[in-house]
Amino acid sequence: MSTFYFIAFLSIFFSILVITAKNPVHSILYLILTFFTFTIHYILMNAQFLAIVNFIVYMGAILVLFLYTLMLINLNKESEPRKSNLVNIAGFIGGTCFLITIVAALKAFKVSQPVILHDPNLGLVKNLGKILFNEYLLPFEVSSILLLSAMVGAVLLATKDPKTA
Amino acid sequence: MGLADIIIKLILVVIIFAISLVIAMYSTYAERKIAAFFQQRIGPNRAGPWGILQPLADGGKMFLKEEIIPANASKFLFIAGPSLAILTACIGTAVIPWGQSLTIGKYVIPLQVADINVGILYIFGVVSLGVYGVMIGGWASNNKYSLLGAIRAASQNISYEISMGLSIIALLMVTGTLSLKEIAEQQHGFWSHGWFTWNVFRQPLGFLLFIVCAFAETNRTPFDLPECETELVGGYHTEYSSMKLGFYLFAEYINMFVSGAVMATLYFGGYNFPFMHHLGLSDNLVAILGVIALFAKIFAFIFFFMWVRWTIPRFRYDQLMDLGWKVLIPLAIANIIITGLWITFVK
Repeated sequence: MSTFYFIAFLSIFFSILVITAKNPVHSILYLILTFFTFTIHYILMNAQFLAIVNFIVYMGAILVLFLYTLMLINLNKESEPRKSNLVNIAGFIGGTCFLITIVAALKAFKVSQPVILHDPNLGLVKNLGKILFNEYLLPFEVSSILLLSAMVGAVLLATKDPKTA
Repeated sequence: MGLADIIIKLILVVIIFAISLVIAMYSTYAERKIAAFFQQRIGPNRAGPWGILQPLADGGKMFLKEEIIPANASKFLFIAGPSLAILTACIGTAVIPWGQSLTIGKYVIPLQVADINVGILYIFGVVSLGVYGVMIGGWASNNKYSLLGAIRAASQNISYEISMGLSIIALLMVTGTLSLKEIAEQQHGFWSHGWFTWNVFRQPLGFLLFIVCAFAETNRTPFDLPECETELVGGYHTEYSSMKLGFYLFAEYINMFVSGAVMATLYFGGYNFPFMHHLGLSDNLVAILGVIALFAKIFAFIFFFMWVRWTIPRFRYDQLMDLGWKVLIPLAIANIIITGLWITFVK
């Protein structure tokens, strides 16, 4: 349990650094560390497959692309667009509403009852694969169609002029 | 896990770490000798007999050279880059099964540091993390050439990771397990049930895709665009000097060693060699011979890496991207489909 609290502390610490860091590249690097702590959380919950996929997909691919984009557009303090006060106030109100919603949701959830997994070995690759391809086959395939449509959409957006492409 | 087990594991970790460093060190020597052979030169021959002490001299030079950190560089990240590169290079060896278990007295010593049941995915994760060292170092140098090298490294690694992953999926369909130990055990001996046991004979196309991607992931020629001298001065390590440069160069050789070990384990039978249980030798002797066989395979792969480097010129960047996205990925998907059909109808 103490491991959990230590890792949870690290997750929150790094995620605060993500939003407070001045330099966007530093912010992404803190985000990488945050995702790394998430990987440790998954391992603590015995969800090996989820842990390693989080590691490969988020840390190894998506955040590399984030970093890639940031390095390419090369943001720095001088060229950073100034936000108007109105946007700042709107952001503050929105964020506060979100925080209140989350706190209220957590209060409704009985914290004293810990979540009990029916099968602690569910996260191992073999069990997860069997469940995904038996009980949850339809949602699994539907989500793959969702990803495919997102991919097609991205390709369409990337080709500027559909006639010449 | 008792105290004895922990001590055994620690000794194993130290031995593997030392071996991978020594092999990386002598790979630099081998590379220079092989390059010399290909170009009809003699190569390093002054330090010690046949130049055998050349890596030590190079190392000493690297340590003693002046350390320069550019004034406008981000200092912490400038140091973190090469450290991360060498860290990710070294941790890949943890899941590789180096041989069958040794039995000494009442202790059974498994020659593998960690037998986790997602072994392949661990390797894959470490590989995908390897690009951060290059990217962070290239960005922190605050130099346009370094930045371009870093960006090239990122896009190249992402592109080739996809086809690497797809070629591994086809392999997993054949083996039915993610544990490297079990994959090595399945390839026991050389011949059984009327076909070769080694996976390269079951997944020839998959192996071809994997080795091409391995070249791209280790940034070796013909895929060494991130450090392309003719266009980018020195690529991501333009601003680096002394041992920090040494770390980047060293990480490349360790990566070569690790990817050789992974390819030998996944496709070339790992520590297995033909007739290993028909020779009538004791189990321990067979295990030791197996370790030697694995290292022979790894050295063959390292030689292959060097052979290609001094034979094939570098790709152009658009050719590199075309090869990755328009050739390798469709081939990898076709390979998965063929493997699926084969498993359904033939096996």
